[in-house]
Amino acid sequence: MSILTLFIIIPVLTIIGILFSKSHMQVKWVSVVGMGLQLLSAIGLILLYLAERKAGNMAEVLFVQDNLWYETLNIHFYVGVDGVSVAMIGLTALVVFAGIFASWDIVDLPREFFTSLILLASGVFGFFISLDLFTMFLFYELAVIPMYLLIGIWGSGPRHYSAMKLTLMLMGGSAFILLGIIGIYMHSAPNGGPLTFDLIKISKETIPLDIQCFLFPFLFVGFGVLGALFPFHTWSPDGHASAPTAVSMLHAGVLMKLGGYGCYRVAVFLLPAAAHELGWIFLILATIGVIYGAFGAIWQKDLKYINAYSSVSHCALVLFAILMFNQTAMNGAIMQMISHGIMTALFFALIGMIYGRTHTRYINEMGGLMKVMPFLAVAYVIAGLASLGLPGFSGFVAEMTIFIGAFQNVDTFHRVATIIAASSIVVTAVYVLRVVGILLLGKIKNEHFEEIKDAKWHDKISVVTLIFGITLIGMAPLWLSDMITGGLGPIVQKLLAAAPILP
Amino acid sequence: MIDFSYTVWILLIPLIMFVVVGLFGNRFKPLVSGIAGTAGLFVIWILSLITAYKYFFVLEKAADGSFQKFLAFNVRWLNLTDTLHIDMGVLLDPISIMMLIVITTVSFMVHVYSIGYMDGEKGFMRFFATLSLFSFSMLGLVVATNIFQMYIFWELVGVSSYLLIGFYYTRDSAVSASKKAFIVTRFADLGFLIGILMLSFATGTFDFLTLTGPNSPAFSSGTGIMFLGLSTMTWSMIFVFMGGAGKSAMFPLHIWLPDAMEGPTPVSALIHAATMVVAGVYLVARLFPIYVFAAPVALDVVMYVGAFSSIFAAVIACTQFDIKRVLAYSTMSQIGLMMFALGVSGYGGHEGLGYMASMFHLFTHAFFKSLLFLGAGAIIHAVHSNVMNEMGGLRKHLPITHITFLIACLAIAGVPPLSGFFSKDEILAAGHERSLMLYWVEMIVSGLTAFYMFRLYFSIFWGKDRHYHHTPHEGSKTMTIPLMLLAIGALLSGLIPFSHFVTTDRLPFAAHLDYGIAIPAVLVGLLGIGIAMVFYRKETDLPDRIYNALGGFSKAAFHKFYIDEVYLFITKKIIFNYISRPVAWFDRHIVDGAMNGISFVTNEAADRIKRFQSGQLQQYALVLVSGVVLLTLLFTYLMTN
Repeated sequence: MSILTLFIIIPVLTIIGILFSKSHMQVKWVSVVGMGLQLLSAIGLILLYLAERKAGNMAEVLFVQDNLWYETLNIHFYVGVDGVSVAMIGLTALVVFAGIFASWDIVDLPREFFTSLILLASGVFGFFISLDLFTMFLFYELAVIPMYLLIGIWGSGPRHYSAMKLTLMLMGGSAFILLGIIGIYMHSAPNGGPLTFDLIKISKETIPLDIQCFLFPFLFVGFGVLGALFPFHTWSPDGHASAPTAVSMLHAGVLMKLGGYGCYRVAVFLLPAAAHELGWIFLILATIGVIYGAFGAIWQKDLKYINAYSSVSHCALVLFAILMFNQTAMNGAIMQMISHGIMTALFFALIGMIYGRTHTRYINEMGGLMKVMPFLAVAYVIAGLASLGLPGFSGFVAEMTIFIGAFQNVDTFHRVATIIAASSIVVTAVYVLRVVGILLLGKIKNEHFEEIKDAKWHDKISVVTLIFGITLIGMAPLWLSDMITGGLGPIVQKLLAAAPILP
Repeated sequence: MIDFSYTVWILLIPLIMFVVVGLFGNRFKPLVSGIAGTAGLFVIWILSLITAYKYFFVLEKAADGSFQKFLAFNVRWLNLTDTLHIDMGVLLDPISIMMLIVITTVSFMVHVYSIGYMDGEKGFMRFFATLSLFSFSMLGLVVATNIFQMYIFWELVGVSSYLLIGFYYTRDSAVSASKKAFIVTRFADLGFLIGILMLSFATGTFDFLTLTGPNSPAFSSGTGIMFLGLSTMTWSMIFVFMGGAGKSAMFPLHIWLPDAMEGPTPVSALIHAATMVVAGVYLVARLFPIYVFAAPVALDVVMYVGAFSSIFAAVIACTQFDIKRVLAYSTMSQIGLMMFALGVSGYGGHEGLGYMASMFHLFTHAFFKSLLFLGAGAIIHAVHSNVMNEMGGLRKHLPITHITFLIACLAIAGVPPLSGFFSKDEILAAGHERSLMLYWVEMIVSGLTAFYMFRLYFSIFWGKDRHYHHTPHEGSKTMTIPLMLLAIGALLSGLIPFSHFVTTDRLPFAAHLDYGIAIPAVLVGLLGIGIAMVFYRKETDLPDRIYNALGGFSKAAFHKFYIDEVYLFITKKIIFNYISRPVAWFDRHIVDGAMNGISFVTNEAADRIKRFQSGQLQQYALVLVSGVVLLTLLFTYLMTN
């Protein structure tokens, strides 16, 4: 049995544990233990992976396990990881672990809450380790469905509207994905032989160009909806605004990455020729998204909306980088996913904690919080600085890798797009500093806030874990970058082979 | 070859201080963090002095007799493409060593001074932690081995400056000043980044040794015309200079510097006078071979921007009343001079006089300008005001501050034999060789500099004796000793034979005083001092009369030529109201509206279809029969045709 199976088994055991626990406290601690183990196995996986690579194991995917599941359609439970998926698993484990501590104060139905949360997490883990398109899609749905319940039941504001909107838009996306996957399946063996969902096998074949061009928009838009591709991003502000803290964290931190990862792993990897043909359309949309999200964020007054628009901008940068089709930019895309995942989880955790104390999310009603809650305020400043791409934090590494990579494309179109996307660093600085200035600095506006208490122990664990993540990557990015590069070889070769003209 | 790898500790010690003081400082008394930070700075100050000694006097020269340029330490930080990678390390050459001396000396003085100045402030520990962060970033910037390392530390000094300007974070003016400083310099940094992207793509490297070496790829590639008749390399150097102009507060990106005076005064002395603001000058100097050989047009841009900024700021400085703002504009003007000197310089031997002069002026300016700021801090500390109209006759109350301030004023005014005289003379000499018009512009700047500095000096220390709430008195020893030490620097640093150490090709050459230039310059300076003496030594209404006689011009100068208003118009009116707000509206109403529209249509359609399922048999029968009839008619029609 491969170590990867642990990532499915541990959540299942944790859920069983939760169902058998007697008190709310027990529910929380079972979740902590489960997700703590998950985090440890993720770290273990990273170390094992690095050790294997160092030992000279150059297989495309490692820790493979392949069980036939449904023979008629040739569906397998087929898992394995490369550098990219290992990195994504590390991200997920970190965010889920921090998310448990951030939702320590849940009062209503904690058992059901943590069950859904962990179910969601297991869907995400499953998605990242799957190498079979069908299993992948299955896990994808498993991750999306609990979201509806989590927002609809534990959310705030117009939560039913938001939950419905989010679920419908994501379901619309998955309908597209399903179509795309079936299309790929039907053409998975152009030279005869059994049809297959096996991602690695399909990637070795060449699907005819016209079919690729037909399927590519389905897959890219389908996954793009989850990756907040402009103009399919509007579920994100509403969804985040209504979602409870941990759900926002997981959603923006991890679930949105499923979109970017899907675009990368399925759409571009399996349909490289179509990506070259049609990529420019989505590149324009992604570039618009980068700037548009940033400008959209300047005008918002609700903390969660600000962060949701900021996520639109940062996630658009992921798609932007994927569409640059070279190793450096793709590496940047993966790092940006990880960096944004941790950073935005930190933001949402802090927003939740601030909201829990001030009972408002409108920045104009707050001010001078630095005085009353220095820990949370400093953490917010750190998150903000990371978000605007300050060196020393992960965002800088990712963004710079993307821009350098994108600039390697010699034509004017790609370069102009790069410069437009790069100018978002200024706009980001504007909205981040605006929030920091209004929210944390200045004088306290509301005398009730004088009574506010700073972070509790569980808040601190959550925040410190995430800050540790962004600074670790920001200070010493080499290992991560090299690990990811190792996983990018096949896709880059495929793209080069499919390119009409070599860049 | 001597092992210089220990120089990495010059970076690491402040970093460690930052982390330790930042995380654990509040466990101890505030004074502990102050002393810890200062001790750390003392160690690296000594290390820098040792390094300079070893480098200039012990280390053997290269084969052609020049000072060596080498990596004392280097490690891979991030791989980007096959050829591009970011390293972190320490590059030693004359200018980086000179900057090490400048930064550690001023920073150490400022640390000592701050122990007295910041005593009893809330956030004493935070102050010292951020100062350490700043020292780390600034040192990392100057010893950068490659342009990307420089960019990284460039951003870090930006954020330390942000944190320190906004130190008094409950004050709204400080918050908005810090925000402004960060955003304006960030905008400039975007230019820097684009410049780096273009440069690195054309040359395939970030490495300074390769880029500025004799066979630099920058000289051969990127020479094709790219846009508006200029080559790629020229554009990239112009963009890089934009970053430098932002940090160094060159027109039109200078607007943040006067506001940055909201920070504590020691910070202004360290960051906004002596070190960070000259980073732009250092950047151009670092890439100087590229500017000279591959992008002369960009170097002309540097020259004109520098010259214009210097006179622009000097005029404004004459009209301001806040003493720190006067000093801020004076800084801008002096940095303009340094940029100008770089702009007029050539390469090699005496041709490179401007380059040498620029570095020389950077060096001497660091001493007298930080002295001026620390002196201003002592004055503000004593009278609790920034405005010179509320001061007067302070020479009796603050004797040490008075003498040291006078020395600094004489130095900046270029009175021999103080430091400013020598460096400014070289700049004027270099300017004279290049362009007579700009030479006269800089001559006027010299006169204006002398005038506004002594306007400041006489208004503060002479003029009318005022009544103060408390009798002003000197600060503690930790405040006065740094003043005295810096005054020694301001007095003597001009005597260093700079052309023997810092030159374009690292080969020493002999630079002599040119009396044809030195004498008029001194006379102009004395004239400025004389006018200031007449106007401000005793209170008269002469200045007001002249101010009014100049009418619109002086009013415009007082309002800093309305540049701030232009920026506010662009950001507030255009970007906020005409871009950001419509985007937000568009998103909510058009994009999201379309999504909601789809769901609305679906809902409506479902509603309509739902009515067919009414459960009434008559209706079903009606539909059935009409369907049959319609189909029959249709088929009949089709058959007959």
